[in-house]
Amino acid sequence: MRARTAGIAAALLVLAAVPLAGGPFAVDFVTKTMLYAILALSLELLVGQVGLVCFGQAAFFGVAAYAAVLLTPASGPAPLWWLLPACLAATGLFAAVVGALSIRTRGVYFIMVTLAFSQMAYYVAHDTPLGGGTDGIYLPAVPSVAIAGFRLVDLGRAVPFYYVTLAFLGAAFAFLGVLLRSRFGRALAGIRVNEQRMRAAGFSTYPYKLAAFVLSALVAGLAGFLFAVKDGVVNPELLGWHVSGTVLMMVILGGIGHLHGAVVGAFAFALLQEFFMSEAIFGSFAKHWHLGVGLSIILCVALMPRGLVGGLRRSAADEQG
Amino acid sequence: MNKDRAVLRGRNLTRRWGGVVAIDDVSIDLVQGEIHALIGTNGAGKSTLVNVLSGEVPASSGTVELEGQDVTRWPQPRRARAGLGRSYQRTTIFAPFSVLENCRLAAQARFQHPWRWMSPASACGESGDAARSAASRAGLGHVLDREAGRLSHGEKRQLEIAMCLATDPGVLLLDEPLAGMGAEETARMLELLASLAEGHAILLVEHDMDAVFRIAGRITVLADGVAIASGAPADVRDNPAVQTAYLGGAR
Repeated sequence: MRARTAGIAAALLVLAAVPLAGGPFAVDFVTKTMLYAILALSLELLVGQVGLVCFGQAAFFGVAAYAAVLLTPASGPAPLWWLLPACLAATGLFAAVVGALSIRTRGVYFIMVTLAFSQMAYYVAHDTPLGGGTDGIYLPAVPSVAIAGFRLVDLGRAVPFYYVTLAFLGAAFAFLGVLLRSRFGRALAGIRVNEQRMRAAGFSTYPYKLAAFVLSALVAGLAGFLFAVKDGVVNPELLGWHVSGTVLMMVILGGIGHLHGAVVGAFAFALLQEFFMSEAIFGSFAKHWHLGVGLSIILCVALMPRGLVGGLRRSAADEQG
Repeated sequence: MNKDRAVLRGRNLTRRWGGVVAIDDVSIDLVQGEIHALIGTNGAGKSTLVNVLSGEVPASSGTVELEGQDVTRWPQPRRARAGLGRSYQRTTIFAPFSVLENCRLAAQARFQHPWRWMSPASACGESGDAARSAASRAGLGHVLDREAGRLSHGEKRQLEIAMCLATDPGVLLLDEPLAGMGAEETARMLELLASLAEGHAILLVEHDMDAVFRIAGRITVLADGVAIASGAPADVRDNPAVQTAYLGGAR
């Protein structure tokens, strides 16, 4: 427990120091990776804690990102205080509908149904006037963060945005950590291990799973919202199954069943991708980076079936899974 | 409470799976303070009857009454919260969790409060107390911190019962709690079941005839989904239909 706290504190310190030590490229890279880490945390809640393998997490990420763009008036910036809650509300509503229908299915059917819903969202963004087509749409103005006219932070600048993202990553991690210790969190764990027994004990498991599904979507929506603010543009690819698959790989790579596994997985994946995309190292082969990343992930999963954080621990507690 | 009033009452229960009738017009009463044994050959419909009574499987026809209330249309979790506990033939525990957490989680069903997300589950005193007392009642007080998956087979069966007790049920439906147990473990379990009879109405599905005739106050015999006899152990033993269908052939 103490080692875990020390690990989290060290990670926060290192992340906080990045803008001081690194240049604009490092800041941009780590910001993006932290956004993916938030998204991976959201999926870990479903996959690792409830045992629901969702293959449509990109939909919630993308819906929140599109909401941020569509809800910002063309005339100027919207205050963060209402724009973020509004985007999360839209994402939560969407997730409630998708969840209410998909949670009735199990196993591979759940995977397919969530994939189907996210592809539907993808085509709505891609093929309707609402979504602006393949090119996407631009965010008219970066949301303002001000109290009584006094501007607290400029989200349009890279370094302040970096720290805001770091704060949200820390908040999401802490929120999920507290949630999983609670009775709600323990009930989710019970459902993952043995849903039949939970029902026999008197838990109506469906509302629990639906609540977890919506909470997960809200955390994914937070990541999507920040993504839209960071890039200032959204496109249909944000909702595509590539993103859902990438996040799932991050969670698996890091180690299913641990919150910090999702964060470690997001960073490991981003670093692998950066490494194999480097033309300085691989020359013209760098454009085939998917191959390198894919092979390394296969290797990692074969050697460390319980992920990067699972592989580093002693096996005693992990054997039974 | 009137000792003869049935706590759980199944009336004319039928369950069909397509063309196959698993149980056919079975009626059964469970009375407070009595162990009602359910015997029958493999495939006679014993587990189906338990599943229909507990709400895991809906009845095709017939009714289930719990404490005088018609619960036929209630889903299993609601019946469980109303005091209907069950154990499983195949051990159904939370293997990666500690013995205490297994019981605590079961007890938590009565104090769910999912909105209290800030306070840790371990701080839930009610479920912790219920879990400890259920575990020690079932004879597991000395292994509270052990991982459930590492218990011996007999201890896992005891944990099944402990998890049931942790939900504080009035009715216990026990599906072969003695399955796969050694002589010593069986004796200990029978002692536990006898002590539980006082405060509960118990349905005991069991293969072990010696055990059944020793402990049951009433026995119902199922054959091919039909209740061919029901009554006091001595009457059931002497029933010619039972002897041909079951006891005579097998023993």
